[in-house]
Amino acid sequence: MKISGAEILVECLKKEGVKHIFGYPGGVVLNIFDVLYDEKDLQLILTRHEQGAIHAADGYARASGKVGVAIVTSGPGATNTVTGIATASMDSIPLVVFSGQVPTLLIGNDAFQEADIVGITRPCTKHNYLVKDIKDLAQTVREAFYIASTGRPGPVLIDLPKDVTAGMSDFVWPQEVKIRSYNPTYHGNKYMINQAAQMIAHSKKPVIMAGGGVILSGASKELRELAEFAKIPVTMTLMGLGGFPGTHKLSMGMLGMHGTYYANTAVQNSDLLMGIGVRFDDRVTGKTEAFASHAKIMQIDIDPTSIKKNVRVDLPVVGDVKNVLRDLLKTLKEIKEQQWGAVRSAWLKQVERWKEERPLTYRFDKNIIKPEFVVEKIYEVTKGEAIICTEVGQNQMWSAQFFKYDHPRRFLSSGGLGTMGYGFPAAIGAQLACPDKIVIDIAGDGSIQMNIQELATAVINKLPVKVAILNNGYLGMVRQWQELFFKERYSHTHLESGNPDFVKVAEAYGAVGLRATKPEEVEPVLKEALKVKNRPVFMDFVVDWKEKVFPMVPAGAAIDQMIFDEEKEEKKLKAVK
Amino acid sequence: MRHTISVLVENKFGVLSRISGLFSGRGYNIESLSVGETIDPAVSIMTIVTTGEDLVIEQITKQLNKLIDVIKVVDFLEIDHVEREMILVKVAPRKEDKPEVLQLAEIFRGRIVDSGQTTYTIEITGEEKKISAFIDLIKPFGIKEFVRTGKVALAREGTRKGK
Repeated sequence: MKISGAEILVECLKKEGVKHIFGYPGGVVLNIFDVLYDEKDLQLILTRHEQGAIHAADGYARASGKVGVAIVTSGPGATNTVTGIATASMDSIPLVVFSGQVPTLLIGNDAFQEADIVGITRPCTKHNYLVKDIKDLAQTVREAFYIASTGRPGPVLIDLPKDVTAGMSDFVWPQEVKIRSYNPTYHGNKYMINQAAQMIAHSKKPVIMAGGGVILSGASKELRELAEFAKIPVTMTLMGLGGFPGTHKLSMGMLGMHGTYYANTAVQNSDLLMGIGVRFDDRVTGKTEAFASHAKIMQIDIDPTSIKKNVRVDLPVVGDVKNVLRDLLKTLKEIKEQQWGAVRSAWLKQVERWKEERPLTYRFDKNIIKPEFVVEKIYEVTKGEAIICTEVGQNQMWSAQFFKYDHPRRFLSSGGLGTMGYGFPAAIGAQLACPDKIVIDIAGDGSIQMNIQELATAVINKLPVKVAILNNGYLGMVRQWQELFFKERYSHTHLESGNPDFVKVAEAYGAVGLRATKPEEVEPVLKEALKVKNRPVFMDFVVDWKEKVFPMVPAGAAIDQMIFDEEKEEKKLKAVK
Repeated sequence: MRHTISVLVENKFGVLSRISGLFSGRGYNIESLSVGETIDPAVSIMTIVTTGEDLVIEQITKQLNKLIDVIKVVDFLEIDHVEREMILVKVAPRKEDKPEVLQLAEIFRGRIVDSGQTTYTIEITGEEKKISAFIDLIKPFGIKEFVRTGKVALAREGTRKGK
């Protein structure tokens, strides 16, 4: 029996187990939306902007581990997805994005709402397709989901000309998918794993640096077993937060530009650095020549291009992190009986001393809300059991520093691309994927305005997403740089005078708006917000605009050349005197 | 170091731009590129000549391998191989120079594939050295037009060199 291309598409999505799609209709995808109109098993979430749809699909994918799906129309609908696709691509998030396209006969004619989206997204997708024949449709969808979710995951785009979704054909679901030119390496080379085990056994001062790969491969358990067995302290990249429990004794928190003193110092003093599912991004390494210069560097990653891309690597192991860690632990246990506790005790004590020397702190003020205080309170009130989304900038760094993530898929943040406007739609996606969890977007007053229209999406779908706006009236991170490196010339970073009343904005959309201007109001506002179960809540926390994120590694410096809060330092010096 | 890299790809539309985009997006230069179908029409082979530090070339070959449509990548630097390039050159020598031009073509085992009132079009095939030697010699006679295919290469049978 022949069915339409749009029906084939929807059948394919059902076969792939898709439950939620994020999207926005338009001329050339009308056929698809018409089929979705009667569909019971597939829910389309109408966002208010295509960028919101992609970020929501991304948040859905990060929170659930499933492939996020979005459907948009051609031309502007498709180009609006580019930021979201690039965000997912940089962070290796599995998405399948369907864009409508003008009919095949019109492609290349500058038709109404035509854009060469396959060309535009080529560098920011893992792969993309233009379906020119309805007979290829099912196969293409199958391949797209397979490619997006396997190997190093990533976004895949399928461009669907209108005549393909409107045309008629038989539906044949390909039972299996095999692409001869796509064969990711899932198991680490035995020899390399043996070498790795030897390296660990011989090292006195090892450090594990865990990244997003740990979370993507579901290797948290394996990582924890390895770290606990061989007594290795663990630091995480922004993308790796939650991959290892933040409250664990071996955790040193995040490293890098705004990493902890102890994590950065430990990396710089280590004799073995194990990069697990990381790509040694410049925000982590600082000056690469001075990065972990006393250490042998081991790198475990499924993507060979990640290896040796940014830093020298003494021992590469290509493979799925989960498999490699499992094999590595097994090999390590077979090596002669090591008294790991005795071997590592000096090193672990040293790490403890560093932790005591300079813990992550901020100065509490009883008159004005410190943004760190808000994040800390969120942690307290939720008992650490929340999915935290962030925007980009100071809000992101404080969320990374002052909330301890004990589980994977609980910290959703645009790490690679650094996309402002990511957090709120991502929170919407996460809330749909995890209806029973508390989902909080920690935002800034700048970032939230980049996708504030998604309030409508959250309200209409009765999603109790909470947004904690750390409202300092500035583009805080840029302002911080201007204060420290540009003689306090705050060029175009002041937002306060143009900011709306966020409480009224929330209320205008039918959401709940709350505000705190004094420290003692923070907790009541949070508790009030958590009581709301059927609507989104905006919490406007009017915070100290002068507050900066510390420690900080200036651009181009080595990661142990950190600057700290000067006033606090002065106090400390006085105390010493 | 100069590398000749052979890339076996699925013969699909858009593959060339994926590969050229990979180079341009990272600021790598392609010195020459030749593309053609293999015996299997579903597969094409590209021969790319590029220059870069070892780390850059390693990144290039890995990135090429990562492209979904790429089946196989071979860097000929480590492999004993034969390589050839063909040029067509249209020269317009003075009347008295014509015999010398013909002689040169013969020495280089070239063929005259077209001749006009005042021009010869010469076809030369060979390795890079031979091609550039011929160009150097023919230049003084006045090159009107010039085109080259870009290099193609194949590994020699059973003589794989170690790294």
